[in-house]
Formats: sequence, structure tokens, C-alpha cells
Amino acid sequence: MRDFWKTLSRNRLALVGGVVVLFLAALAILTPVLAPWDPNRPDVKKILDPPSRTHLLGTDQLGRDVFSRMLYGSRVSLAVGFVSVGIAAAIGIVLGSLAGYNGGMVDGFVMRLVDLMLVFPRFFLLLAVLAFLTPSIWTIMAVIGLTGWMGVTRLVRAEFLSLKEREFVVWSQNVGATGFRVIWRHILPNALAPVLVAMTLGIPAAILTESGLSFLGIGVPPPHATWGNILNEGKETIEIGWWLSVYPGLAILVTVLSYNLLGEGIRDALDPRLRQAGGRFVARSG
Amino acid sequence: MFWYVLRRVLIAVPLLLGITFISFLVIHLAPGDPVDFHTGDLSPDSSAQAKQMLRKQYGLDKPLPVQYWNWLIRLARLDFGRSFAPDGRPVLQKIGERLPITLMLNVIEMAIILLFAVPIGVLSATRQYSRFDKATTVFVFMGFATPDFWFALLLILLFAVHLGWLPASGLRDINWEYLSFWKRHWDFLSHLILPIGVATFGGLAGFSRYMRQSMLEVVRQDYIQSARAKGLAERVVIGKHALRNAMLPIVTILGLSLPGLIGGSVIVESIFAIPGMGQLMVQSVFQRDYPVIMGNLVIVSTLTLVANLLADVAYGLVDPRIRLGGRRRQ
Repeated sequence: MRDFWKTLSRNRLALVGGVVVLFLAALAILTPVLAPWDPNRPDVKKILDPPSRTHLLGTDQLGRDVFSRMLYGSRVSLAVGFVSVGIAAAIGIVLGSLAGYNGGMVDGFVMRLVDLMLVFPRFFLLLAVLAFLTPSIWTIMAVIGLTGWMGVTRLVRAEFLSLKEREFVVWSQNVGATGFRVIWRHILPNALAPVLVAMTLGIPAAILTESGLSFLGIGVPPPHATWGNILNEGKETIEIGWWLSVYPGLAILVTVLSYNLLGEGIRDALDPRLRQAGGRFVARSG
Repeated sequence: MFWYVLRRVLIAVPLLLGITFISFLVIHLAPGDPVDFHTGDLSPDSSAQAKQMLRKQYGLDKPLPVQYWNWLIRLARLDFGRSFAPDGRPVLQKIGERLPITLMLNVIEMAIILLFAVPIGVLSATRQYSRFDKATTVFVFMGFATPDFWFALLLILLFAVHLGWLPASGLRDINWEYLSFWKRHWDFLSHLILPIGVATFGGLAGFSRYMRQSMLEVVRQDYIQSARAKGLAERVVIGKHALRNAMLPIVTILGLSLPGLIGGSVIVESIFAIPGMGQLMVQSVFQRDYPVIMGNLVIVSTLTLVANLLADVAYGLVDPRIRLGGRRRQ
């Protein structure tokens, strides 16, 4: 553990990423205190005002304060990121443990399911599912989580395959521990490190997906302010209100970048061997 | 090789069935009566009509196994029904018009990504920690973190709005009919530059990183050492011995990243108003045009499956260990 912190603290980029991640979390938590304006209050006298001292990042086509809306948007982004990754990790851990521990038919079935889910281009599947559901922030979280568990499943399974041959696992099986106990108490705690990394890198991926959906107008429904929504509404007036298109995107970029840097840093610090996995779990837009 | 390909095809068959099953589940996603969909932006009249049409088209009043069987039969006949849009044209026809455009875009993107990612990856691996390598790493992280729709907006803002050099949307100018032969070609090309630039950006970042990683692993191998030891020029060692082996995983990753690339066309086509499958998908979600949505989902994922299969076969062709390993297991 001490090695972990030592390696991590030597990685300057990861530290910067970590600081920004904490800073963004603080902003999201303190949003009601920090936001200078009501994010949903329109003002007909201030339509599309450029950035100024009263409106730091300008106003939108309804005269709403963009800075306040972006602060509230950060809450949505982080909430969607954490909840959907939580859902994905839960499914991935359960399926991955079952597949890796039992092997045989169960393993074959779970892995074919993973292969199957990976055949669907994510955005097409998301759009098809969302077309049949009532849009809400919860639907978005659920749908992103339910279509994003394949990576964690593969990881957990791989860890289980190697761990279940180890002496301490075989020993506990021999003294009569139940399968559930062996999985839960002995194997899983040792398999969590790569899951943690995958989750850290999954959060920015979920944020990118959510903002992409919101940008298309199929994500979190208005009046919720989200970074994707602001971009979507801003693209109609891109010739006048450049600030509506530049700042929310910059916020997404900075958020995703810092989570990625932190995640990669944690991975390198946890286990240098994992470096071989390359950028496989790094968030990608699209 | 024959057995290897056969094995791959046999693995693909259950996946194909799985695609039909998952898409069947999607139809039944809505809680309660499957036709009680959210029909928010349709008038009550037309939403009642839509429900009627859905019930008829998908036989939603029959037991589930019967419904699934009918769904399978219809898919086997490539019968996706008719669009709910006012034109009421067959879904297959609508998708058929757009499929070539999306395919063309994706093929061009893939070619560009490979063309640039391989040399970038090789250069940054052979000069690890050099200035070029560091610049590549920065580019990779930016590529991963930049939302493609935002990047598209910025490019439109710069090249279409401010500079006016490139068109912001569509595939052809309104005056296309009246342009001369060469101007037509330039017009078409200029419409492609921005969308393809956006679509290749993220992929290029990913692939140069994989290429670098793969190259770094290969150059540590013993056979590279012995190639050097027998006095081959570094150019030959890297360009021939190392590159060939480092390219192998790239073929697999190419297959694996196809869904991501194709999925990306949803956003790119919507922003740049390119009449491909991605744009059709978004439009039909807004119009609640369920037959088109389902048709799109099934066709896109089946195409991805086929492309994956081709990547697998290509992998078997370039790597004898894979195809012989498969045979031994038979």
C-alpha cells in the first residue's frame, strides 16, 4: 500500500488529474452556494449576452446564466458518471465472478453474452432503447450502465481464472468454505484492483456518452442543465453565441482528461504489469 | 484455413441469433402493454394509430414465443415492415439508400486512421521518451478526452463560420447540378473534410497508442535481438521484422473497435447533416418511427458482426499460429 502512494505521488500528471477531480467534485457539491444565478431563470433583456462581469460565461438564448447552468450541469455529469459506472461494475462483478469461478457452461454463456453485447454499436443500441423509454436522468443512468458492463466482466473473469488456482483459494475450498464465501471473502478482494481502475476510467466514458446523448437531444431532458444540453441549444446560435459552444465542451474535456490521467496513474501505481493492457479501458468518445 | 474460417462462422451464428433476440427484447422494453410507448410528440390521434400499426406489424397480441418466431421469420426474409413516417416506404429501402454513405465514410476513416496511426506508433515506440513520443502522448490523451461533437462544433465555427473555407453540412452544394466536372469532385471532397477529420481524430489517438504499445512489446523480443545481432540494418529490423509482428494485434483491435467507429457516425452524421444511417437513426428516434429504429439496429449490428468475422479471418491469414491453433483443437 505504501508503494502504491509512493508511485502515485511521483506521477505528476496523475496528481494533477486527481486534484482536478477533487476540485470538480467540490464544485458539484457546493453548486447551490456557488451559482450566482438561478440556472433556469430566463431574462428577456439579457438574451445571448457575451461573457461579462455579471455573467462570467455569458447568457444563453433565453437569457439564462451559462456559468450557473454549467455548475448545475457538473452535478448531472458526475451523478450520471458515478451511478452508471456503479451499475456497470455491479453487473460486471457478478457475471465475471460467476464465469471465472464456475468455468464450463456458465463461463461459455457469460462470455458469449459479452461478445453479443459488444457487437452492437453502442450509440445505435442506446438510441434504440431510449426511443422506447420515457426520457429522464434515471433512464439515462440505467441505460448507460446496462450497456457498459462488458469490460468489467472480462476483467473480473480473468482475475478469477488466475486467482482460483492459487493456494489460499484451494485451501479454503478444501476446508469446506461455500462457493459464495470463497468468492466473496477470498477471491473478490484480490480481484478488485483492476476493477477500481476500470471504474475510474469508466466514469469519463459515461460522461462522454451522456453528454453525447444530451447533445443529440435524446439524453437528460430539459430543463435540467447539462453540458450536453447547453451545447445542443447553443449550436443553433453558434454564429453569435460562441461561448455557448466553447465552454461546456471545455468542461467535458477537462473532466474527462483528469479522470483519465488519474485512472492511468492508479493503474501504473497498483501494478506495473497492468501497463501492458495499454489504453484498453481508456474512455473514448463515440 | 478452411477449418479456421468454418469455426469462426459457426461462432458467429449464435451471435446473429442473439442480435435478433436482444432487438426483440428492446421492442418489449416499455413497461406494461408494449405499445404504451411514450408517444410524447405525436398527437393523440396519430399515437393511437401508431399503436394500432405496431400491434399489427409485430403481432403484439400473440404469445411471446410466437412473436419471437414471427420476428425471426420476418428478419430472415429481410422484411422490416414499413416506416411510420408519412412517406410509409419500406424500411429496407430507406436504410438501403443510406447504408452506402455510412459505409463509405467508415472505410475512408479506417484507411486514414491506419495510414497515420502505424507510422506515428512506430516512431514514438522506437524513440520512446523523445520529444516526438511526448507530443504523441499529449495528442493521444487529448484525442481520448475531446468530445467528438464539440470538436465538430469548433471546426464548424472556425472553418465554416469564420473562415468560410469549408461547407458546414450536407454532402453536396445546392448548385451541384450546375457545377463543372472537376468542381463537383472538389465540392464533394470539401464536404467530407470536416466530418472525416472529426471522426478520425479519436480513433487516430487510440490506434497510435495501441501501435506504440504493440511495437514496444515486440522490440523487446529475442528475435529482434538476434536480427540485430546478425547485423541487419536498424531500418530492416524495425521496418520488416518488428513491424510485421506489431501489426498483428492491430488487426484484432481494428475488428473490436468497429462498433465504436460505426457508432460514432451517429454523432458525426447528425452534426454535419450527412444522410447516412446514423442520421436516419436519430431522426427516427425523434419521430418514434419504430420499424426504422429496429431495422437500423439489426442491420448495423449484423454488419458489425460480419466485419468482425472478416477481421478474424484476416487475423488467421496473417498469423499462422492462430489458424493452426484452431485446427489442433478440432
